[in-house]
Amino acid sequence: MGGSSALPASAVPARRVRAWRGGVQGADAFWAAAFVLPYIAVFLAFVIYPVGYGIWLGSGAASYRALFSDPIYVRTVINTLVYLAIGVNLKLFLALLLSGFFMRPQRWVKALLLVFILPWAVPAIPTFISIHWMLNGQWGLINNLIWDLFQADGPPWLDTPGLAMGSTIVAYIWKWLPFWTIIFLAGRMAIPKELYEAASVDGATGLRSFTSVTFPLMANLYTVCTLLSTIWTLGDFNTVHFVSGGGPALQTHVLATLGIRDAFELGDPKLGMAAVITALPLLIPLVILLMRRLSKGEVQL
Amino acid sequence: MTASRLRRTLGSLGAGLVGLIILIWTLAPLYNMVLVAVQTKDDVFSSNIWPPHPNFFSFAAVFQESYWYLANFWRQMGNSFFIGVAVALLTLAIGAFTSFSIGRLRIRMGWLLTNAALLTYVIPMSFLAIPFYRIMQSYGLVDSPWAVIAVEVTFATPYAIFIFQQYGTSIPHELDEAARIDGAAPPQVFWHVYLPLMAPALVAVGTYALLLAWNEYLYAFLLLSSDQTITVPVALGKFLNSDEAPWNYLMAASIVYALPPLVIYYIFRRYMSAGLTMGGVKG
Repeated sequence: MGGSSALPASAVPARRVRAWRGGVQGADAFWAAAFVLPYIAVFLAFVIYPVGYGIWLGSGAASYRALFSDPIYVRTVINTLVYLAIGVNLKLFLALLLSGFFMRPQRWVKALLLVFILPWAVPAIPTFISIHWMLNGQWGLINNLIWDLFQADGPPWLDTPGLAMGSTIVAYIWKWLPFWTIIFLAGRMAIPKELYEAASVDGATGLRSFTSVTFPLMANLYTVCTLLSTIWTLGDFNTVHFVSGGGPALQTHVLATLGIRDAFELGDPKLGMAAVITALPLLIPLVILLMRRLSKGEVQL
Repeated sequence: MTASRLRRTLGSLGAGLVGLIILIWTLAPLYNMVLVAVQTKDDVFSSNIWPPHPNFFSFAAVFQESYWYLANFWRQMGNSFFIGVAVALLTLAIGAFTSFSIGRLRIRMGWLLTNAALLTYVIPMSFLAIPFYRIMQSYGLVDSPWAVIAVEVTFATPYAIFIFQQYGTSIPHELDEAARIDGAAPPQVFWHVYLPLMAPALVAVGTYALLLAWNEYLYAFLLLSSDQTITVPVALGKFLNSDEAPWNYLMAASIVYALPPLVIYYIFRRYMSAGLTMGGVKG
């Protein structure tokens, strides 16, 4: 990632090297520092300070005692794990399959791709509000449709914890599936056609060409995407907040929404920060794994 | 022979079926927005799956701000626009300065800055909401758009730095050197050589930052409070939590709010794909 294409020293005539490294060194150093000053200021004022302050807020043992004795918190941790395990993996698996579908050469498939990326291109809040209304047990589109098709009452989607959690996960997949499909599509397009031709000469077609050509070559990308997506999903506030709102009876909160709820609805920032900090034992190993993968340089992001 | 033709027909039938499912799946929530927006309030609370009497009254209400919840709608669109443009410009400026210094002037300890950016990139934005709320109070930025702008610039800049660094490697250093020999100081190299050559990356990152700010909800919700300062998504959220949510107005306002990013998105799609993998829109 970082770094620049350093020219090999021999490619630069000696005189130019002197001009570059000569008397302007002092002024260069000054300008180099001046150019990074804004970012350093932003980093100190808006990353270091809030992180430090957050850790300080969430450092009292009493908050954790209150947190761990709260049945809502236990439920929230389970929800978060379910949300990550099912939401992220199902989404990425579907994205991998769909990226294969969108490799088809037909023109209607290309047109469909433009429609397919709509959920990603449209702002999240209006669509989550729309999904929230679709799931309304009485007047929502889904239950109206169930009534029209089967003359039966649909379930109260958002009034039962299991269904509300499931609906939230489906809304999450709806929103983010296009983005990851396009990532995998780019990954597939980078695989040279000759490999498939060689494989088909050896008799590998269909599923076999997927398992012995596509997947081995995409495995690293898939892993990096899983890590990155898990990290982002851990911080996802909007989906849960707007689709289920954490309800019914606070049964579908995840850590990101519970932290905000504790801090601002209960007016207890220390409790809220403690809830967020309990996500770190999951977040930090994920970040370390991701860094290792990225530093290997096999996947260029 | 017939067996393989049969298989091919079945294959394209299957593809058609998958395509149909994708189409319905993708459009259902968007169709629901339109469906609700073109109905009157009474028709919304019914079991319609088609609008019985489609009309544009709720859009008219949005444009004329003729419902009390919509009283400041255009003001709020303006707020969203202002914050989006400010975030885009600041992100571009700070990101370009930093990547110029690291990649071109080769500042000592540049790797430290790259790692700082990477660290910021992997912190979930929502995790810092609680300390940020307090900090903005201590900075005297209560109910100020600059509080939101500062936060969004903080989270958009790392992506800008990555993309600029990566793109910058394709610009030969000889160009800088030639300018230097002609007597240009670093600021002039930055302005006359670096920036013009970085144009595609600037467009990609600018669009990314603009959309990030336009779509952002949580910080705008926490840091802004009055009807005159909030952005549109916050107003929509308030709407949702009111006792009698007028769904047709809510959805009409949602559609008006969703259109500008959609247009921008499809215009700049080509540029966006430049650094797609790293960013997309950070959730």
